[in-house]
Amino acid sequence: MDRRQRVAGALLVAAVLCAPCAAHAKGELVGVSWSNFQEERWKRDEAAIKAALEAAGAKYVSADAQGSNEKQLADVEALITKGARALIILAQDASAILPAVAKAKAARIPVVAYDRLIQDPGVLYLTFDNVEVGRMQARAVLAARPRGNYVFIKGSPTDPNADFLNGGQREVLKGAIDKGEIRIVGEQYTEGWSPEVAQKNMDQILTKNANKVDAVVASNDGTAGGVVAALRAQNMVGVPVSGQDGDIAALNRVAKGEQTVSVWKDARELGKSAGTFAARMAQGTKLADVKEAQAWTGGSKKLSIPAVFLKPIPVTQENLKVVIDAGWATKAQVCAGVAPAKAPAACK
Amino acid sequence: MRAWLEQAGFDTRFTSLVAALALIWVALAVATDGVFLSPRNLYNLSIQTCVTAIMACGMVYLIVARQIDLSVGSQMAFAGMLIAWTQVTWLGAETPFAAAASIAIGLAAGLLMGAFQGWWAAYRGLPAFVVTLAGYLIFRGAAFLVADGQTLAPLSNGYQGIGGGVAGSIGPAWSWALGVAACAWVVAQSVHARRSRARYNAAMAPAWADALKAAVTCAAVLGFVAVMNAYPDPTSAAEGATPEGKGIGVPVLILLAVAVALTIVARRMRFGRHVFAYGGNPEAAFLSGLPTKRVVLQVFMLMGALSAIAAVITTARLGSGTHSIGQMAELYVIAAAVIGGTSFAGGVGTIPGAIVGAILIQSLDNGMVLMDVSSAKRQIAIGLILIGAVWLDLVWTRKGAR
Repeated sequence: MDRRQRVAGALLVAAVLCAPCAAHAKGELVGVSWSNFQEERWKRDEAAIKAALEAAGAKYVSADAQGSNEKQLADVEALITKGARALIILAQDASAILPAVAKAKAARIPVVAYDRLIQDPGVLYLTFDNVEVGRMQARAVLAARPRGNYVFIKGSPTDPNADFLNGGQREVLKGAIDKGEIRIVGEQYTEGWSPEVAQKNMDQILTKNANKVDAVVASNDGTAGGVVAALRAQNMVGVPVSGQDGDIAALNRVAKGEQTVSVWKDARELGKSAGTFAARMAQGTKLADVKEAQAWTGGSKKLSIPAVFLKPIPVTQENLKVVIDAGWATKAQVCAGVAPAKAPAACK
Repeated sequence: MRAWLEQAGFDTRFTSLVAALALIWVALAVATDGVFLSPRNLYNLSIQTCVTAIMACGMVYLIVARQIDLSVGSQMAFAGMLIAWTQVTWLGAETPFAAAASIAIGLAAGLLMGAFQGWWAAYRGLPAFVVTLAGYLIFRGAAFLVADGQTLAPLSNGYQGIGGGVAGSIGPAWSWALGVAACAWVVAQSVHARRSRARYNAAMAPAWADALKAAVTCAAVLGFVAVMNAYPDPTSAAEGATPEGKGIGVPVLILLAVAVALTIVARRMRFGRHVFAYGGNPEAAFLSGLPTKRVVLQVFMLMGALSAIAAVITTARLGSGTHSIGQMAELYVIAAAVIGGTSFAGGVGTIPGAIVGAILIQSLDNGMVLMDVSSAKRQIAIGLILIGAVWLDLVWTRKGAR
């Protein structure tokens, strides 16, 4: 074998090995349109999307609509013009984005609706299951206190997620409520998800019921913080309280035993799957061939949209370690001020 | 009735406001089977009112000086986040003096925010509405950036007492002492005023009217102390022992200090007179050589400092710093000042009026949660009360003018 043959052979081997990732050489462009990148959380998502695209051999290009529906339409057009072969769109509005999606479809460019719904059956909707978050919250509280007087501290009345969450919570508690084992003694929305509002409402609910409250299903960690402050003033710390988001302050409360559960949605998982799906579709996989997707009709227009729902993780004292292992929070942050005698396994 | 009240030297506007509040209290008490007027709920109410009331005191000064501040809620959020950041991230919550340092930093930030807005409004002539609308956005954004949107907790244990929760009151003995001292002061003031009026042969209300006024004020003060002491402190006693009475909450003491100081400034001090003179007629004030720009700047700084004090109480009460505190606070604060009789025409407004306005709004909010009324309906009710209060006031003053 002379030298030229050897090179040719090596190239052949490389080509065979790399057949599934033929795109690698070409580096398909995947465009990401952010609704408002100023919000802190999307930075984590972006890093995960970038990493996933890189792993799949695609390239990342993005635009930030800064909270404007009009700018997002222009952004999507610009991304198409730049040669994007697939789009990931975090829509500012589920319906206002439709003209841009129509343009993408006309150009045969697949679209991933990232975290927020796009009302179109031709996109892949990718999000965490908010109803499931509500179910997990209720399940954790129910496990800690199977009967008694329950309080719902719901989210902002202007946020549709608040009702999805409460729907999931009620679904889990329904049996016990019907049997009379659980009584709902208070229920309030929390304007702007604000902890101080949640605290005020909880103060009043405790006053009304002369402290006869056995468990509180709060919809996120901010409102849970307000609830715990109200309970502390009545010397009632330890009453089961739910939350979500994996806020550092909330994880610390879980470690101290002041909060029962914080349902955690790992943004990096969401970013990773979005990057993977977008790269696959950019490389030619049809939406109908995405096996993981299921038809979902839960939107306000009742369209059948192919969707992939990621499972959130309920973080309790038992599995506190997951957030530390994932690098979401440090052990020092989670375990600050925890009494050694009562410390959960993750803090030992 | 009205003429009779005026003859007896009562402030008819204030009296009617208190009467309206009493009516609302009775209605809420009936609707909640008396829970609303229980000592525990009145303690809650006294604490919940403080934040709005303290900021409303500053808003009275601003509106009297023909200004407005739409950014007070955002100022609160930013000052609150700086306080929490100082305690949690920078110094460590239980470091000695961390709490004191954080309060100083919060107050400094409040003064600076006020100075920034006041400078644009006074020295660059921008309308206060525009400047503070910008401030609303700027400070809200700044509050987010302090910790990138995260909640900072827990705050120092001693500091949390300022919020009126655990160890957040002064106990029955001190409360009584304070109540009796306040009573003595009211009586002494009344006697002193009569004496000096007699000396200058000034017109005087009948002796029985002044005596009645002092007696009513005293009864209100001592009644308040008695109610606060009747609420057993849920965190004081060990298992089984009878809990001690809670007493007056620390936030209420802060509110009282602010209210007394600002009332004295309004009535007796040069700065207060300047504010009212400027609000009554800006041109006349300017032509008489008043430092009008400086007065406007200082009023904004006062507002900033009061927003920071409100932030101290809110963060202490919550035991954590979150960037979402103070949402809609500006609306409640302005509503409290207006219900309390502060006029947008400038030059008219009182601190006690604004405080009663704040109590009125908070009573509705507090009582309706006890009645399980949803937040949407509560907002409607408070909106209607706002219109009703101002309309009644208008009718009342028109009648008086005729």
